[in-house]
Amino acid sequence: MSEFPSATPPSRSRREFFASTALAAAAWLAFRSDAFAATEAFTAELKKLLGERKVADGRIKIDLPTIAENGLVVPLNFEVESPMTEADYVKSIHFFAEENPNAQVANFFFTPLSPKAAASIRIRLAKTQNIVAVAEMSTGDLFTARREVKVTIGGCGG
Amino acid sequence: MADTTKPVPRVRMATTAKAGEVIEVKTLIAHEMENGQRRESSGQIVPRKIIKQVTAAFNGREIMRTEWFPAISSNPYLSFFVRVHESGTFTFSWFDDDGSVITAEQKVTVA
Repeated sequence: MSEFPSATPPSRSRREFFASTALAAAAWLAFRSDAFAATEAFTAELKKLLGERKVADGRIKIDLPTIAENGLVVPLNFEVESPMTEADYVKSIHFFAEENPNAQVANFFFTPLSPKAAASIRIRLAKTQNIVAVAEMSTGDLFTARREVKVTIGGCGG
Repeated sequence: MADTTKPVPRVRMATTAKAGEVIEVKTLIAHEMENGQRRESSGQIVPRKIIKQVTAAFNGREIMRTEWFPAISSNPYLSFFVRVHESGTFTFSWFDDDGSVITAEQKVTVA
């Protein structure tokens, strides 16, 4: 009899413990799937561009702020290292924002008439995320670069 | 705003150059770049209306082209580089979602 009351509280707290962990797990899963859905669009776009081709790091210099106070106007400058001759030039460069509602940002197509594969634009970022660039050379080589930008105020809708 | 008046592009670049010189072209166009994600107070989605492509050509030959998505800021700025070998005319074109094309021309003289 003296042991009985002390036996009940642990069982109640165990029930609470299970309930709270289940809730936390559900919340975590919901958060995960949300984050996953956002990057899924990016993964799909990247897959569409690359297919099964291999990508190497380097050659691309991306200039972006580390912290963007306003996600609506984030300056992006880039330059791809290339001789820009008929035989060897940068055919295209593709920019993606991993967690924007629409992962594609901009594609540039250069020709041997372009003296350098460089340009500057202003982009919108919904939240803190990675910007990914993929450059395709006329030789068929692919290069990639990735930069993280911390966004204080989001820039896409809402 | 930009819906009622035709957007006027602004192009800034050197108008004279030495043969073979690389010059920077800076462009700006007034455009709302409606991203198609925003809702009106009625809950209706504001339809997408952006500049989807910009091209640069010299004497009719394409130098550079860029495709844009809703992640491009409103009143889009674009700068890039061109090389001038001979006197001629640069043509810059902005392609709107609504099918209209806005063009700007700039003559460059090689001294």
